Amino acid sequence: MQTLEPYLAEHPFLKGLDPRHLNIIVGCASNVSFDAEQYILHEGEEAASFYIIHKGKVALEIFTSDRGPITIQTIGEGDVLGWSWLIPPYHWHYDARAIEPTSAIALDAKCLRAKCEEDHDLGYELLKRFAHVITQRLEATRLQLLDVYGVH
Amino acid sequence: MKSFITEPMIPKPFRIHRKLKETHDTYTIELESTNGADGFPFSAGQFNMLYVFGVGEVPISISSDPSMPKMLKHTARSVGAVTKALLKLKSGDVLGVRGPFGSRWPVEEAVGNDVVIVAGGIGLAPMRPVLYSFISHRDKYGKIILLYGARTPEDLLYKRELEQWRGRFDLEVKVIVDSATGNWRGNVGVVTTLIPRIQFDPLHTMAMICGPEVMMRYTLKELQSRGIKNENIFISMERNMKCGICLCGHCQFGPKFVCKDGPVFCYDQIKELFGKREI
Amino acid sequence: MNIAILENDHLQTLIDVLRKRGYQVIGPTLGEGAIVYDDLNSTANLPIGWTDEQDGGIYRLKKRNDKALFGYNVGPHSWKKYLLPSELRLWKIKRNGGSFQIVTENEAARKFAFVGVRSCDIHAILIQDKVFMNGQYIDQHYTSQRKDTFIVAVNCGKAGGTCFCVSMNTGPKATFGFDLAMTEIIEGKNHYFLVETGTELGAEIFREIPHKEASEKEKCAADDVLKKTAEQMGRSMDTANIKNLFYRNYEHPRWNNVAERCLTCANCTMVCPTCFCTTVEDVTDLTGEHAERWRKLDSCFTMDFSYIHGGSVRASTKSRYRHWITHKLATWIDQFGTSGCVGCGRCITWCPVAIDITEEVHAIRESETVIGKQKTVVKEDVHANT
Repeated sequence: MQTLEPYLAEHPFLKGLDPRHLNIIVGCASNVSFDAEQYILHEGEEAASFYIIHKGKVALEIFTSDRGPITIQTIGEGDVLGWSWLIPPYHWHYDARAIEPTSAIALDAKCLRAKCEEDHDLGYELLKRFAHVITQRLEATRLQLLDVYGVH
Repeated sequence: MKSFITEPMIPKPFRIHRKLKETHDTYTIELESTNGADGFPFSAGQFNMLYVFGVGEVPISISSDPSMPKMLKHTARSVGAVTKALLKLKSGDVLGVRGPFGSRWPVEEAVGNDVVIVAGGIGLAPMRPVLYSFISHRDKYGKIILLYGARTPEDLLYKRELEQWRGRFDLEVKVIVDSATGNWRGNVGVVTTLIPRIQFDPLHTMAMICGPEVMMRYTLKELQSRGIKNENIFISMERNMKCGICLCGHCQFGPKFVCKDGPVFCYDQIKELFGKREI
Repeated sequence: MNIAILENDHLQTLIDVLRKRGYQVIGPTLGEGAIVYDDLNSTANLPIGWTDEQDGGIYRLKKRNDKALFGYNVGPHSWKKYLLPSELRLWKIKRNGGSFQIVTENEAARKFAFVGVRSCDIHAILIQDKVFMNGQYIDQHYTSQRKDTFIVAVNCGKAGGTCFCVSMNTGPKATFGFDLAMTEIIEGKNHYFLVETGTELGAEIFREIPHKEASEKEKCAADDVLKKTAEQMGRSMDTANIKNLFYRNYEHPRWNNVAERCLTCANCTMVCPTCFCTTVEDVTDLTGEHAERWRKLDSCFTMDFSYIHGGSVRASTKSRYRHWITHKLATWIDQFGTSGCVGCGRCITWCPVAIDITEEVHAIRESETVIGKQKTVVKEDVHANT
């Protein structure tokens, strides 16, 4: 556990967090790794944790019956994977597949939700940071929707 | 009796040496002069007016190496009547060329700096001469980073060269597509999302952007948030160029003429106009 | 200044001398229900005794109660009809084995003598000179026509309902850019022109025409006429800091207002003596062996004008009107160091819905003054409370 703290403290997603809050988060964290092609999470499954990517590359996919899995976004080092753990009913909305060997820090969702309920300051701080990530993803998605390179 | 028409208004015949298929709708045509001239000096960023016999003319940026003026290359996408006719021509056919026109990328000015090139779609074509120049004088520059966004993996231009560039240790090349099916191992998303992932010295970095206006708008925001100053950001604008020599009025962008003052502009000089609607 | 008197009866001699020297003499004449420019072989072709009534969207010919030769203002034509023809073949091309060969047009430039050029139109010609002859590339056709153009200016004896040359500093008196300038004087039975020479060539030609020196009193007659004309201006425009006025107001509700009226018919650009935009058209014959390229006058009011693949940059009426007026009054100054408007009023007269460039400027300027005043009031209130 002690080894995770300095890394998390410097991670862009958690940088500048109150040490007390960081300590709580570290208490819910564990190291995980995935092989290339390994699915990290599947649509519909319970969102039991979220991941701070340390190294590697992960594809977010939607499976379509006619075209197979379509990658809608790739994320990598410095990114955060998953926010469905924050919002009821806590089920994943996409598939996530490691496309390179990927190491990450998993944060236990139940543990963190409980801590956030106990300490709303922590909850608010985390929500602000997730809101930022969600906004960026939404903006990127909107630009993708524009199909700017297509012939119109 | 002198001709009424200025020399730059008269297309010169060039023969298609080779035609390369880049994607399902985009080709690169390689041109050589029919009268064995000494070549066609141009600067990275400039464009030519290409004339298809009886059909019309279209402005296309030059995408070849400025240090090899005997072989002109243009990459064009089949979207309008003229480009469709242009790309139906075969090797050995002759087309007309007027140019080169317009401003250039700040290749010289970037010496000693890091360089971030952000290209979107067909916007990689006018950036290729820049990359050739950087690579042949590699030691004069700091980091050289190319971020390239396209619609799908199938829409990527210059795939072989991209692979070569990516294989070099002295270039950082990141490619991203808007959507992909399962067998694509690269990045998926918007080209702007690559910007936070690269490292450069913001105070000594020149950025060059070429792509659709909306893509350039969001790219600008990301580059600015990384601390690159407006006077070190260059963008390439597109307008309806007809004459190429600042006489027909078509390519106006506020007080600027894209054919003469552009297509490459320093962002600082057009920041009041860029992003305004329907200018 | 050397001012001479040319009797009305001797004006024909001027035309004859010009023709003898190889000039195609062009001047105002009645046609198409208006006063238009056409060949002028005789003073009888001039609209003698006619005048025009002009206002927003209104142009009407009327009889005068004298025999004035130039007693009207500018009509729908301007001299760009000759210097920047609406259609010009640039070259012909033919297939030649596997290649092609271009045949350029080698006609001799025509020598034009323009008679009856108003001061505003001289300014317009000089503005187009800057566009076509002053840049990195010059327009060879325009330049060859312009080189031999002989200009006989006529100072305006009255102002039209849509004139505002005084605001634009372009009239009513021609002060430069002419070979000869005339002021028409009718006093009872006396009908003569006070003639000023502007160039050596003008003086040389004038020497071939019977004339006499003007007395001091007669010289003053011209000034009196022009003073009266200046006071009659149908319109006015406040041009103070006009460039920045437009640069500040790219987003202004007035553009929506004008867009509700504008038909994007392009009349204003066609009648404007400075509008210079052209397009090219490529045509081919049925065999496909020969093709031609034509240059044609174009207008920024069409959708095609700003078309790039995917659509027009300026798709809305609002953006097209804004582009036109902003070009005329603001961006032109950055591009060519001069306003693109000479105050001739043609765009007002020939607009089918009477959109008035002076009124649009006024509306935008006025809106700023109102906002400015409100700000001042607020400031004063703050002071009152402290």
